[in-house]
Amino acid sequence: MKKLLNTLYVTQPDVYLALDGGNVVLLKDEERLGRLPLHNLESIISFGYTGASPALMGYCADHNISIVFLTMNGRFLARVVGESRGNVVLRKKQYRLSDNENSSAKVARNFIMGKVYNQKWMIERMTREHPLRIDVEQFKKISQHLSALMVDIHACEDLERLRGLEGQAAISYNRLFNQMILQQKEDFYFHHRSRRPPMDNVNTMLSFAYTLLANDTAAALETVGLDAYVGFLHRDRPGRASLALDVMEELRGIFADRFVLSLINRRVIGPLDFYKKENGAVLMTDEARKKFLEAWQNRKQEKITHPFLGERMSWGLAPHAQALLLARYLRGDLDQYPPFLWK
Amino acid sequence: MGANNEENYLMLSGIQHYQFCKRQWALIHIEQQWAENVKTLEGQFLHQKADQPFIKEKRGNKLIVRAMPIQSNELRISGVCDVVEFIKDDQGVELHGHEGRYVAHPVEYKRGKPKTNDADLLQLTAQAMCLEEMLLCDVTHGFMYYHEIKRRLEVAITDSYRNKVQSIVSEMHDYYARNHTPKVKIGSFCRNCSLQHICLPKLMNKESVESFIGRKIRE
Ligand code: SF4
Repeated sequence: MKKLLNTLYVTQPDVYLALDGGNVVLLKDEERLGRLPLHNLESIISFGYTGASPALMGYCADHNISIVFLTMNGRFLARVVGESRGNVVLRKKQYRLSDNENSSAKVARNFIMGKVYNQKWMIERMTREHPLRIDVEQFKKISQHLSALMVDIHACEDLERLRGLEGQAAISYNRLFNQMILQQKEDFYFHHRSRRPPMDNVNTMLSFAYTLLANDTAAALETVGLDAYVGFLHRDRPGRASLALDVMEELRGIFADRFVLSLINRRVIGPLDFYKKENGAVLMTDEARKKFLEAWQNRKQEKITHPFLGERMSWGLAPHAQALLLARYLRGDLDQYPPFLWK
Repeated sequence: MGANNEENYLMLSGIQHYQFCKRQWALIHIEQQWAENVKTLEGQFLHQKADQPFIKEKRGNKLIVRAMPIQSNELRISGVCDVVEFIKDDQGVELHGHEGRYVAHPVEYKRGKPKTNDADLLQLTAQAMCLEEMLLCDVTHGFMYYHEIKRRLEVAITDSYRNKVQSIVSEMHDYYARNHTPKVKIGSFCRNCSLQHICLPKLMNKESVESFIGRKIRE
């Protein structure tokens, strides 16, 4: 597997990014704040309304470094995409499969399989590690429910039904989410998912984590030559990176949720890291966002063994490995798309 | 047009990839994946010296042309000869703008040393076949220059190599037309392959995904 390189997170809103030789230069009012060699970078994620020079964008597109612009709160603005890498043949295969409900379902069910499997084993792990803090009986019951759902998912060849099964799994899993918060319970609680805007601390963190994961996944898909906007489970909708959302399903719980839980349970993030807007939306402070990104970066460096490939790699390469496997499946090297089944 | 559309021509340099590993060739030429590593960079560096198109040198009875574009309509391949040496010879053919008759010899530059497999020789043979078709002449031999030993070796262009080139190229066209990247037997040579991170050679003898999933959900 390739090596995981760094991500540059630009969190200062009034910084301009320019190219200088093989380096990215951070400019503020004509003044140089810093300079980084691009060959060490995997991606640049820029928060706030900063700018970047076309020369830098061109260089990054050429060298497979993704650039994404987000608002300060993590809402997606734009992604820099260069001339497509790889052959159109792969993309056409992707489009043909995506157009066909039946073959879409065969790929989609493995995304969902991965998601539910990983949630199940998160739940099982909780019962082993914290039997005195949680309602073990309820956890076991839901774990069994998820197991039963997996059997149905495995046999499902219909997208509508698949979405139904996914919905059932989500309800069960969300029911336990609050119990997985073991510290700072007064300030961090999860009732239901609120997205636009997130209305509590937990949802704010989840949204932010999902945004980061979605961007990493979209970049990984584009790198291997796939179109991040054409999905199998998520159908086409203008401006939506459907395939990125598909592939990310597997990693939501095991990577993003677990990450958010660990920040709360290890008290890396506390109640003072948030503020409420007039409309009830909850936002992270700049300081909190920095802590979050730093921890995210560190988590991505942790080593794992890929469940299907059996290869050692950084957690941060999981989206890349899945993108590669999906491309190899579409190319006909594999009988199915192998989901990321993490135990 | 149709089958003879020049867009369907394969790159002559692919012959050596194909000889090294059919899958590597397909990844580069069909899937257009390209992972640069030190070796390919070294190769490019060496070629920069030879790649100075249209500079013609005259040395006595020798005419030296660098970076000469070549192609064969019969084989439907095209490429570039690092160097073609034209030598004055009564058995040869006339060249536009030059007095006398000439025979042509392709010269190919390689980093490293002579290989144990045929890849380089087949590539040279393919170049010779292109030259023969373009000049309507016979090419009896060419030269391989190996950087590591700093010497050139004369290579005879034999019929058995010509036949081999023909059959390899037709196989390549077959895969190309089907857009198919073959699965292959992997080996220790995969470690020297700059595309192993894209190829995932281990996939070639993995259990099926169906059995992987089945095994996991029964856990
Ligand atoms: S890794 Fe091995 S099988 Fe794959 S392309 Fe390279 S040489 Fe061929």
